[in-house]
Amino acid sequence: MVIFFLKRVLHGVPVLIVVATLTFIIMRLVPGGPFDEEKKLPPEILANIQAKYHLDKPIAVQYLFYMKQLAQGDMGPSYKYIGRDVTDILADTFPVSITLGLLALLVVVGLGIPAGVWSAYRQNSAADRICVFLATLGISVPSFVFGTVLVWMISHKLHWLPPALWEGPRYMILPALALGAPFAGYIARLTRSAVLEVLASDYIRTARAKGLNESVVLLKHALKNSIYPIVSVIGPLTAGLVTGSFVIEFIFSIPGMGGFFITAVTNRDYPLIMGVTLVYAVLIVLANIVVDMVYMWLDPRVRV
Amino acid sequence: MNWLSKSSAVFLMVVSLAAVFAPWVAPYSYETQNTLNTLAAPSFDHWMGADRLGRDLFSRLIYGARVSLFIGVSTTLLALLIGTVYGAISGYVGGKTDNVMMRFVDVVFALPDLLMIILVTVMMGRGVAGVFIALTLVSWVTVARLVRGEVLRIKEYTYVEAARALGAGHSRVLLREILPNILGLMVVTLTFRVPVAILAESTLSFIGLGIAPPFSSWGTLANEGWKAIKFYPHLILYPSLAIFLTILSFNFLGEGLRDYLDPKSRTRFGQRTG
Repeated sequence: MVIFFLKRVLHGVPVLIVVATLTFIIMRLVPGGPFDEEKKLPPEILANIQAKYHLDKPIAVQYLFYMKQLAQGDMGPSYKYIGRDVTDILADTFPVSITLGLLALLVVVGLGIPAGVWSAYRQNSAADRICVFLATLGISVPSFVFGTVLVWMISHKLHWLPPALWEGPRYMILPALALGAPFAGYIARLTRSAVLEVLASDYIRTARAKGLNESVVLLKHALKNSIYPIVSVIGPLTAGLVTGSFVIEFIFSIPGMGGFFITAVTNRDYPLIMGVTLVYAVLIVLANIVVDMVYMWLDPRVRV
Repeated sequence: MNWLSKSSAVFLMVVSLAAVFAPWVAPYSYETQNTLNTLAAPSFDHWMGADRLGRDLFSRLIYGARVSLFIGVSTTLLALLIGTVYGAISGYVGGKTDNVMMRFVDVVFALPDLLMIILVTVMMGRGVAGVFIALTLVSWVTVARLVRGEVLRIKEYTYVEAARALGAGHSRVLLREILPNILGLMVVTLTFRVPVAILAESTLSFIGLGIAPPFSSWGTLANEGWKAIKFYPHLILYPSLAIFLTILSFNFLGEGLRDYLDPKSRTRFGQRTG
């Protein structure tokens, strides 16, 4: 297990290097530089600034310099937030984004799986139809639409919860719901079809014939075997949550990485763009590794 | 197909026709400003009200459908083309080639896609072209994976072997024997991917990094409405509703098509699953 983990982490490194390289190239193809301002800087000053950040050197040299720096865990200074290192900014914003992401994941799993199981168990009943319909609605609602509806209804009309900012648990409910709900719909439908398939199998009939009560059959026997397809989509789903958090951070003015990325792109703040992209990429790679390990732990057959 | 899929198809048809014939359908021009109507609430003259500059929202929505639908459909078609060619070659050739080609797909998958879309869009200058290229770049890989899997499976079938034994060349086998068998999958994929593209575009435009005014997609309109949500909620309501209903219809239609084209998924153990 440990060896598998280390192996997967090692496999992740080249992926991250490719991501870093691609981002670097795309970033530099963007017209306009970080120090093009409305009021043109005097050429000497501009030259000084560019020399300070090594922007006067050929791109290839800059690239190698950056990668060397990165290997030592240093992401360089931000161009726009003077006096702050990218690692500083990330240290401030990452906890916010990850909290939001994990809460949303909780919404996804906590709403999606029970709804799916219930729906499968009561197949073709009114409850099932409502569940499936709601889930399809959930899949089709863009999170920014759901987010704005929540803000308008819960915050502006009912004044129950704050519409923006990030200053305590009360501030976290709406963003987590807005981010998680579409994915919860997806998981609910997936759970439903997986459970349905398992419920039709022989061993479930045996379990029922033995006289086991329904909740044991459903939760212990059926859910256990239908969990695999669900676990295997949690990886890509986490990636979706991670990148989806952008919009949510925008809507709710949450001081997470997403907001910084948007301003960094508009400002051509190269090191910050790079830093945020890499953190997201690491998260995605890690999520997939964790999911694979859970999968292995659940299903001994895939162990090698 | 069930009635949901059918009515979805009708809805999408109406929206597409309105988009194509926008100059004839829209009651006003999308750029005519009328300061008397600034932020007007929905009324008989302006069904959906008017925006900050007094422009008729209903008309802007119809013109916005042009941008949103065009981007959704065209990026998906291109991604489908690239993905199918790539996936089919990878799956058909197999071996080392397949391995290398799929590693590349894995890397593209590991990219945080919305970040890449934002970077590329900003790089290309926030126009339709930028969004188009950015979306295509990240979405062809999903198709490539799907198609590769299918080709891997189908190429082992006896009838393909028979075709090969009869002396059919590789291109004939791929185009005449295998391709017809994945057409259904491609149609279904198309229907399911279009809403994903529409969603990505509108999200991008909503956070102010996609299509820039005066051109406007539904996402751009929603972004404008968002700024005034507290007092003029109608400005964001209608664009959001348009996006939502379109995506919903594509999903219903996709499900209908999938069940229609694949009898196996329609009944499994005599029950509807999925």
